[in-house]
Amino acid sequence: MGNNLASNFAEIAAVVLFGIGFTDLFLHKNLIKKIIGLNIMDTAVYLFLAVKGYISGLKAPIIENGVQSTEAYINPIPSGLVLTGIVVSVSVSALMLALTVALYERYHTLDLDMISLKMKGMEE
Amino acid sequence: MSFVQNVPCFSILMTMFAAILSSAAGGKTARKISIGIAAAVGVMSAFLLVFLMGTGDSYAYMMGHFPAPWGNELRAGMLEAAMALLFCIIMLLSLLGGGEEAAEDVREEKANFYYIMADLLLAANLALVYTNDLFTAYVFVEINTIAACGMILGKFNRLTIASAVRYMIMSLMGSGLLLLGICFFYDMTGHLLMSNIREEIAVIAGSGAYQVPFLLTVGLVSVGLAIKSALWPFHAWLPNAYGYSTVASSAMLSSIVSKGYIFLLLKIIFRIVGLEAFVRSHVTDILFLFGMTGMILGSVDAIRQNNIRRMVAYSSVAQIGYIFMGIGMGTTGGMEASVYHILAHASAKALVFTAVSGLVRVSGGKTGLKDLSGAGFRNRAAGAGFVIGSLSMIGIPGCAGFVSKLMFAKASLEDAFYMIPVLACLAISTLLNAIYFMRVVLFLYTPDDVHLPEEGRDAGHGKEAGSIRTAAGTVLAGTAGENGTGTGNSLQFRIAVTGFICLNLFLGICTGPVSEAVKTGLSIFG
Repeated sequence: MGNNLASNFAEIAAVVLFGIGFTDLFLHKNLIKKIIGLNIMDTAVYLFLAVKGYISGLKAPIIENGVQSTEAYINPIPSGLVLTGIVVSVSVSALMLALTVALYERYHTLDLDMISLKMKGMEE
Repeated sequence: MSFVQNVPCFSILMTMFAAILSSAAGGKTARKISIGIAAAVGVMSAFLLVFLMGTGDSYAYMMGHFPAPWGNELRAGMLEAAMALLFCIIMLLSLLGGGEEAAEDVREEKANFYYIMADLLLAANLALVYTNDLFTAYVFVEINTIAACGMILGKFNRLTIASAVRYMIMSLMGSGLLLLGICFFYDMTGHLLMSNIREEIAVIAGSGAYQVPFLLTVGLVSVGLAIKSALWPFHAWLPNAYGYSTVASSAMLSSIVSKGYIFLLLKIIFRIVGLEAFVRSHVTDILFLFGMTGMILGSVDAIRQNNIRRMVAYSSVAQIGYIFMGIGMGTTGGMEASVYHILAHASAKALVFTAVSGLVRVSGGKTGLKDLSGAGFRNRAAGAGFVIGSLSMIGIPGCAGFVSKLMFAKASLEDAFYMIPVLACLAISTLLNAIYFMRVVLFLYTPDDVHLPEEGRDAGHGKEAGSIRTAAGTVLAGTAGENGTGTGNSLQFRIAVTGFICLNLFLGICTGPVSEAVKTGLSIFG
């Protein structure tokens, strides 16, 4: 058990970061902090993937000097997944930030509880 | 290979190209493109469905002729084709039925963006239905989320922006969990294609390794998708998002988006985890419990609403509860019932939302229950639509909802442990459904001739037109003046309501062939 913890420290760090980001996204009242949480959460997943694809001592999967053996390079698939994931999280963050601006213009606060209260006021 | 087998690939690509095309078009053209593409893809899916019913088998489709571990794969069987057909029909009818309201709600210079989002929504859901690759599924889950957010924002005001933010936050939490789950699957098996993961998982299960991570992964994926499809404790975003957006959006959100996620969950259960392993993980018990609680509490919340749009939205929480209860039973019968309920609820809820928009339109734009009294007389098509939709939700024989409830009850009889709770919850939930839907129906058909500013619309007299303008919202008065017809129902609205009613009755009456197709579809699903 202890050995596993030591040898997988990067994965553990990734999952802990994921937890921090998730809790931030879930519990913070402030919208900007929620978005920061979202980014921590997504980045933690990329760290996890990057660690999983890395094979220590091997090179980035770009063919060098005509060496085509798979033994020479790290696993390129997780890197591809990370790239795709980054594209997704950039667009989602951009959308969230745009929404935050629109929301602030109308409610003059970033506190979601306050916004809920004001919404209730409008419904009545 | 038959040419019709290209349909899954073509339908996804066509809808995406339609979205690109719409970006260069004006609002009205974009709307025509959306309607046209939904109709075209619907017809194609129908052909595929007929073809697959003939062969009785499913097939994998290589994208770009790269074989399995390297290339991306689509997979189509009866269930996938049927689901794609359903999504297209609902998309088509929602756009037709909600077209007028969307034209009022969406700013004219932004109208084409709304239809781009609609196209992307359809594309993402078709991809979720057909894809055989987990990471592709994740990407389309996110596209679906963003498109759904765009649909909520179609009507751009304070309420919808706040609703969209809450929707996005919950939904992003769901996708985060799903993504982590997918990464764990990849980590354990080294594959992203569903069939390959399945093989590796069988090997792992045989060796007894990775018990805890496997359990955790199944839990992450299930909870992630449950959050996204608004299962009971995670439903906080739903009532506002469905209640304030324009009607076409509400219909699509409840009938397409949440169903797409549930379908993905079913795929993961059958194609990756395997039904037996899924039941052994006891995640089913959690889903079962949440589902049953949602059935009751969603309905209780619906009863407490005074705003009809929000009431219908809360009713969705209850209906999603039914679907998850069926999944939670963990038996083939339960899954079949869930799939049938997906079809039934999708067709009934879209009908109810569309009908409500018609009823609200003739009631001066007010959504309070009391304001709707007599609306069933003022707008007969919408009234009939609401009644049929409600009957289907309650589960009256002859309507779609009855069949799925019967299937749930039958499925529960297979296992003594589930029998009492399921039957009891079905009974209570049906009663509650009947209370809130029938209450509205009574209001709709209560003649209200004491003070009716909107009455003028039926007669079209000039003297009442003034009172419309004072009593009703200016926008609605505008429509009444333009249309000049009794209820202000356009031909499109009538077609949409009729189409939805036919769909509901079809699912309620032709139960034999449909449930048989669901059964075979599920058996070749894995």
